[in-house]
Amino acid sequence: MYVAVKGGEKAIDNAHRLMAEERRGDPAVPELGLDQIAEQLGLAVDRVMTEGSVHDRELAALAVKQAQGDLVEAVFLLRAYRTTLPRFGGSEPIDTAAMAIRRRISSAFKDLPGGQVLGPTYDYTHRLLDFTLAAEGTPEPAALAEQPVEAQMPRVADVLGHEGLIERSVEADGPANATAEEPPGDLTRQPLSFPAGRDLRLQNLARGDEGFLLALAYSSQRGYGNTHPFAGEIRMGDVTVEFAPEELGFAVEIGTITVTECQMINQFKGSKDVPPQFTRGYGLTFGQSERKAMAMALVDRSLRAGELGEDAVNPVQDEEFVLAHSDNVEASGFVQHLKLPHYVDFQSELELIRRLRAATPTADRETAE
Amino acid sequence: MPAFATEDRRRWMGVLAKAAPDEIATVWSSLAPTPDYALLRRPETGLVMVRGRIGGDGAPFNLGEMTVTRCSVRLAGGLVGHAWVAGRRTDHAERAAVLDALMQAPARRPAVEAAIAHLDSLQAARSDRAAREAAATRVDFFTMVRGEN
Repeated sequence: MYVAVKGGEKAIDNAHRLMAEERRGDPAVPELGLDQIAEQLGLAVDRVMTEGSVHDRELAALAVKQAQGDLVEAVFLLRAYRTTLPRFGGSEPIDTAAMAIRRRISSAFKDLPGGQVLGPTYDYTHRLLDFTLAAEGTPEPAALAEQPVEAQMPRVADVLGHEGLIERSVEADGPANATAEEPPGDLTRQPLSFPAGRDLRLQNLARGDEGFLLALAYSSQRGYGNTHPFAGEIRMGDVTVEFAPEELGFAVEIGTITVTECQMINQFKGSKDVPPQFTRGYGLTFGQSERKAMAMALVDRSLRAGELGEDAVNPVQDEEFVLAHSDNVEASGFVQHLKLPHYVDFQSELELIRRLRAATPTADRETAE
Repeated sequence: MPAFATEDRRRWMGVLAKAAPDEIATVWSSLAPTPDYALLRRPETGLVMVRGRIGGDGAPFNLGEMTVTRCSVRLAGGLVGHAWVAGRRTDHAERAAVLDALMQAPARRPAVEAAIAHLDSLQAARSDRAAREAAATRVDFFTMVRGEN
């Protein structure tokens, strides 16, 4: 238990001044601008937007600067800021099939309609430190093809789905007017309870810590789970967000955001109701967050164990374990609260230990030692 | 009965929202005469929850929020304009709302329509460049077969 303490205002104030000075670093070195962070540390900004659960590059860049590059702290800052803003409503669901593709690959289908588009990727680099970046310089401009990529590229489920070899989402075969139904669960409004629907699980995973999800996904591949996945499709690009304001009565485009989507496909032996087919795990993130989207898709599929009649015996398949520990703001808060003064607590435990020792005969203690 | 189709308004509001703030500022400074308007709803920044679909094609779920600024204005003649714009730029939202109202005014529409067509072409050019940069990275993977010559 944490008992409030008083005092220390002067020391705290000075500690924050010291932190601000250290954050600035050597004043002879030019100060970082938010535009530099947003433009040149873009993947850090993307991670902070995804886990901070607010798409705003400038705010995320500010959070990265304020947190001295500590991305988990930056996520916390962005989450705190969002509580100061009103919620206008929910968007129409984004259409990732209509994404303006900047990257799109499949490890399962070589000849995917629309082709494999590598886009800006670290894949196939040699991971050798590039010392030319230590000197300032202008990179070679990107190559331009004569023809742009196709405006519409089918998603992987659309490629195999017609043969029934891959599961379709329930609504894919029906009218896709899901907004007319009740809105999806929102864990920023209702505390999470178990069992959670897949909508809430995906929201939780989208906000979840990349490192935690990565480790869980890895565990499922190494044997603590039962996934046999293929990266059916990974696509990254820009989608338009539409919102229907009350005063208009129709949806309008409010902006364009970059998202990364991952469709993992997993073998499934079938059950008494369902024939053998591929099942899917789904990952979706703001920005270019491919590792996160892939981990999310693996964990999403693992959490469907119960629904698909698989034995759920591993951590990654345990919904409560995964969802209750995925949030790095909550986790960081609870771990770091141990730094706060617990003097009263500790004093009482000290007394207890002393009493226990006094009650134990000395001979026993000497034997134990 | 308004003198424009809902689909038209949807389109121009989308172009105005997706324009860069400095592009909107350029259009704004070219307006003559400067429109006379009152704020019905001052520019206000808030959040819209962005929804995705489970599996890309299933039921909706909440991905995360985005910042959005909205504004509503009324021209001296009584026409009302609205704007909903991603981000926190209040000047962008206010100007887009005025431009939305001007698009409904037959006398002002041609000039504003030309400006919006220009904004649209700038956006199309950016998209085309990105799509051609991506296309330059298209690859064919060959499946290697062992033992073949």
